[in-house]
Amino acid sequence: MAVAVNVSHLKVAARGEGGMPIPIIRDVSFSIKKGEVLALIGESGSGKSTIALSLMGYTRPGLEVVGGRIQVGDQDVLALKSDELRALRGKTVAYVAQSAAASFNPVVRIMDQVIETAVTTQMCTRAVAEAKAIGLFKSLALPNPETLGQRYPHEVSGGQLQRLMAAMALMADPALVIFDEPTTALDVTTQIEVLRAFKAAVKERGVTAVYVSHDLAVVAQIADQIVVLQHGEVREAGQRDQILHEPDADYTQSLMQAAQPEKRVRPSPAKALGTMAPILQIKGMKAGYGKARDGSLQKTVLDNIDLTIEPGRALGIIGESGSGKSTLARVIAGMLPPAAGQVCFYGEVLPPSLRARSRDQLRRIQIVFQNADTAINPAQTVGEVLARPLQFYYGLKGQALTKRVNELLDLIRMPSSSADRLCRKMSGGQKQRVNLARALAAKPDLILCDEVTSALDSVVAAAILDLMAELRHELNLTYVFISHDISAVRAVCDDIMVLYAGTQVEAGQSQAFKSAPYHPYTDLLISSVPQLRRGWLEEARPGSSGAQAQPEDGLCRFLPRCSLKIPGLCDTMPAPRHALTDGRNILCHLDEPSLRAAQLETV
Amino acid sequence: MRKSYSLDAEALPQDGLAVAERAWKSLSISGRVGLVLVIFWLFIAVFGAFLSPYSPSAFVADDVFLPMSAAHWLGSDYLGRDTLSRVLSGTRYTVGLAFFGALLASATGTFLALYAAVSQGVLDEVISRLMDTLISIPSKIFALVLVAVFGASLPLLLLTAAIIYLPGSYRIARALAVNLNSMDYVEVARVRGERKLYIVFHEILPNMLNPMMADFGLRFVFVVLLLSGMSFLGLGVQPPAADLGSLVRENMSGLQDIAPAILAPAIAIATLTIGVNLLIDALPQSGNGKGGH
Amino acid sequence: MRVGLLILKRLGAALLTLWLVSLLVFILSSMLPGDAASEMLGQSATPEAVAALRLKLGLDQPLYVRYFQWLFGLMSGHPGQSMISGLPVAEIIGTRLPKSLFLAGLTALVSVPVALTIGIVSAIYRNSFIDRALNVMTLSMVAVPEFLVATLSVLVFAVSLRWLPALTIIPDVADPASIARAYALPVMTLCFVVVAQMARMTRAAVADQLDQPYVEMAVLKGLTKPRVILRHVLPNATGPIVNAVALSLSYLLGGVVIVETVFNYPGVASLIVDAVTSRDMPLLLACTMVFCTAYMVLVLIADVAAILANPRLARS
Ligand SMILES: Nc1ncnc2c1ncn2[C@@H]1O[C@H](COP(=O)(O)OP(=O)(O)OP(=O)(O)O)[C@@H](O)[C@H]1O
Ligand code: SF4
Ligand SMILES: [Mg+2]
Repeated sequence: MAVAVNVSHLKVAARGEGGMPIPIIRDVSFSIKKGEVLALIGESGSGKSTIALSLMGYTRPGLEVVGGRIQVGDQDVLALKSDELRALRGKTVAYVAQSAAASFNPVVRIMDQVIETAVTTQMCTRAVAEAKAIGLFKSLALPNPETLGQRYPHEVSGGQLQRLMAAMALMADPALVIFDEPTTALDVTTQIEVLRAFKAAVKERGVTAVYVSHDLAVVAQIADQIVVLQHGEVREAGQRDQILHEPDADYTQSLMQAAQPEKRVRPSPAKALGTMAPILQIKGMKAGYGKARDGSLQKTVLDNIDLTIEPGRALGIIGESGSGKSTLARVIAGMLPPAAGQVCFYGEVLPPSLRARSRDQLRRIQIVFQNADTAINPAQTVGEVLARPLQFYYGLKGQALTKRVNELLDLIRMPSSSADRLCRKMSGGQKQRVNLARALAAKPDLILCDEVTSALDSVVAAAILDLMAELRHELNLTYVFISHDISAVRAVCDDIMVLYAGTQVEAGQSQAFKSAPYHPYTDLLISSVPQLRRGWLEEARPGSSGAQAQPEDGLCRFLPRCSLKIPGLCDTMPAPRHALTDGRNILCHLDEPSLRAAQLETV
Repeated sequence: MRKSYSLDAEALPQDGLAVAERAWKSLSISGRVGLVLVIFWLFIAVFGAFLSPYSPSAFVADDVFLPMSAAHWLGSDYLGRDTLSRVLSGTRYTVGLAFFGALLASATGTFLALYAAVSQGVLDEVISRLMDTLISIPSKIFALVLVAVFGASLPLLLLTAAIIYLPGSYRIARALAVNLNSMDYVEVARVRGERKLYIVFHEILPNMLNPMMADFGLRFVFVVLLLSGMSFLGLGVQPPAADLGSLVRENMSGLQDIAPAILAPAIAIATLTIGVNLLIDALPQSGNGKGGH
Repeated sequence: MRVGLLILKRLGAALLTLWLVSLLVFILSSMLPGDAASEMLGQSATPEAVAALRLKLGLDQPLYVRYFQWLFGLMSGHPGQSMISGLPVAEIIGTRLPKSLFLAGLTALVSVPVALTIGIVSAIYRNSFIDRALNVMTLSMVAVPEFLVATLSVLVFAVSLRWLPALTIIPDVADPASIARAYALPVMTLCFVVVAQMARMTRAAVADQLDQPYVEMAVLKGLTKPRVILRHVLPNATGPIVNAVALSLSYLLGGVVIVETVFNYPGVASLIVDAVTSRDMPLLLACTMVFCTAYMVLVLIADVAAILANPRLARS
């Protein structure tokens, strides 16, 4: 097969202060054969996007190519003049950006943007271009292909926009398409559909493509070749199966391990502490935002939530973005008083608001926020951050304070010298450790962790997960672990609760979540998580994403997306909560045998 | 990426000279010009009186509107007083009024904003509404009304300037405070059970200082522009005191001769305000398009 | 629908603010030591005469009554009489307002195109030499007080070069050449600061859009630079630009005070200065309300522009 793209010894540098070049890409080479998909994989800052964009002869402001050669087809991209570059972009090489929502012009109709390159360069007439675009919309499995183009970007869902952007890229039948993290911003249930559509379009047209991602499992589905990058250098490159099954580089191996937390993190059998009252118990809780005149909520986010956590256990809460996970944590922490229901802590009712809780009650429940960048005051040093809870709750001073700060640093595996460092100078992973240590400083009974790993790169996130599992054993902690990532939850937690649109659709022990039957939503969620296994994308159940119109109050919230719904029942009667034989409970009209039958049959 | 500059807290514990050098190097050329001008005028404002060759109110020259000479470096004014001495003392009035007026406006604005942002609710509403009202009276017109009612003594001028630029400071400070108040680390402090005062002084205020310093510089320029304009209209600093604006006004009749008596205070005002503006613009955190008036 | 509601809300807020302003300035003016009666009659007047005039002027009424009388007078176009000339305030302002509006209109006509060109050009060529030069230039221009610009322009164009008259005498015959000559200096002075301010805000608005990912996408689609700017950037920047224009024009309100005085131009602003000097409160209050109304109108335009420019609001 002919070589379509050849990159040799590419070097890109940033212009630093005083004109000193800072190398961003150091000597990267690879080539792609015609019709192949090459994946660039690496963590944030590893230079994936920079390389991808340089294939179009483009560098972001502040960067410049300082060496090497890029050959696309028979063109030497780096030698092209500006009008030749313009002719290359959009026609020979096309681009699908990470965030379609931001990359579409908000005030121009979608169709006009999709056909813009074709029409302005007189490749074809408007009518021909529109017909072709509609054909592409169809092949990307977009709904209402005929009329979709007449809408504005904000009137279309994120997953659809991402596919529309792919249609825009494919308009000119380019020799090379660049996908720059096109599914990173999407929920897993949406991601699977978009991936399917991309893969089908790429295979159908025999497109040569570069697929940029940080997610090995996604790459495993779509790539022929994989290039692993770290700090602007190639760590390893080769055929997909070779990289996935016999990785050479240590770095690739650590990526692989990070992608499979269940295989890595030690399962942590909860210590049975016997007769003690549950550490946390919530019954019939309802919460939301905005008080209307009549005292009801303007926006109900959580409805009818029941949960119980025994001391020493870890409860995982999963659900897609907006399902109310963080809201639940806020209610438990006392930041948001619930509209109904109570939070009981060791059998004792906690006051609903922060102000009414005693200092000791506050101390015993600590919350760790998702984003350490915003959760830690950038103007303070690590030592100051850790010292405050010690002073505040325990009145520690002087020697004792320093000693305890050092102990905490030791717990999070950081040297005591880091106490004097400013938080804003720390890396993301270090900040997240400090964030965790600040909660530990209070010696709490319960720690609420809200997406503590989702802002981190996979290898760093894996290290944090390991740390949390170890600390739990050392310190006898109880966790509420909130995440959208079911594999992380399954690895860390003893119990799991699944939230969908603010309702608790399934809850039970973590082991029980290893096999069907599940609640239809849990099933969708689990089957949408990409797996490293090739062929997973083809075998997985067809997803159904995108919240359509919400059903009437009281009915099953999952109704519009459910593939198993029973007409006449699900759309007229509220779903009952019932127990499965392994102890889980689900909120669904279907009974265990029918769920099992439906879910086993398609796997 | 944040560059560090002289206001950066972490730069303090190190060797002062090295820090100053690094700050100087991080400034653009126009920023350096601004810094030199600002230091120069601050120096004149503080030590000008000691450098003054004559008393600013003494009639020392042989004639009015003399050109530059060895005896009178900047010539004489419309009454035969030494222009250099008058500019030196005028600078003290202009810079002093503007400095303390702006300081009062910025400090009060910051304080009110913190109070409003943290307490929220009715109080926030009331203060914000009041500030919105004040800000919608064009500053010069407002100054004229206040002078018409209360007169133009120095303390009143200072107060007038502070009242007029208070709402602008308040708005900026409130936006910053509201933003910081919703940061996760403030939320963490609240969940820890910290009191409002601790949150304000330990978590919010330290992160507001840099932008508020830049804002203070802008207010300073605004007050210079306003008060010298008022003095130019004869409604600002009253004789026998004279700020730079008054000097331009009283020497208007020297315009025909292009006398240094009118050029010198004009150039003084322009270089002072331009200097501050250039310096602030070169600081890394301040944005471009500046609102408020 | 939502847009209409939002705009109505802004209108309501503007009216409320205007009302609060009227309250504020009225209370301020009532704090003037001595009242209008003794002021009008001078120091030698007998207490009886003063009392009689107080009665006639309604000054014996409580403050709130006088406020509402004044407010209703203001709204019905009769904001009282000048204490100095005895003429109705409405009449005095009526003859002067059109002249100020003409001056402001002329300034807007000149400044907007110049400022938009500077702003857009420097945004497009961000961080180039030309952008940095323009930045320093506009930054310096906004820092120079109007009276200096006025004085120096008189010095250059009237005193040294003798091209233009130092004082503005409105020509009897309205032929373009004589109007241009008469207005050149005041308009130039006003434009100086306004152009700089507007150009800076425009640059910020356009630069803000240029940083959006959709602009990078447009470039990567192989579109020409003019098309990227005209088709993608400017339609999105329109709202912020109109906003910048409206807010910058509100700077005019302060500028005219100086400019009308320096050039002896018979507009409302120079009237204010006279009213302050002579402590003619009814006149001062009415003029103040005129200026505040003008300011509110400009702010309202800016707000509405921002609302209309948001496609999420505009299409629902
Ligand atoms: N302060 C607020 N006021 C009004 N609505 C809010 C507020 N905070 C969150 N919401 C809404 O409540 C719903 C649930 O939000 P929540 O943050 O709990 O979701 P989440 O499951 O944590 O999502 P993510 O995975 O994106 O963090 C969302 O629809 C959100 O828009
Ligand atoms: S209740 Fe009906 S619609 Fe809801 S999940 Fe169960 S089967 Fe699906
Ligand atoms: Mg959340």
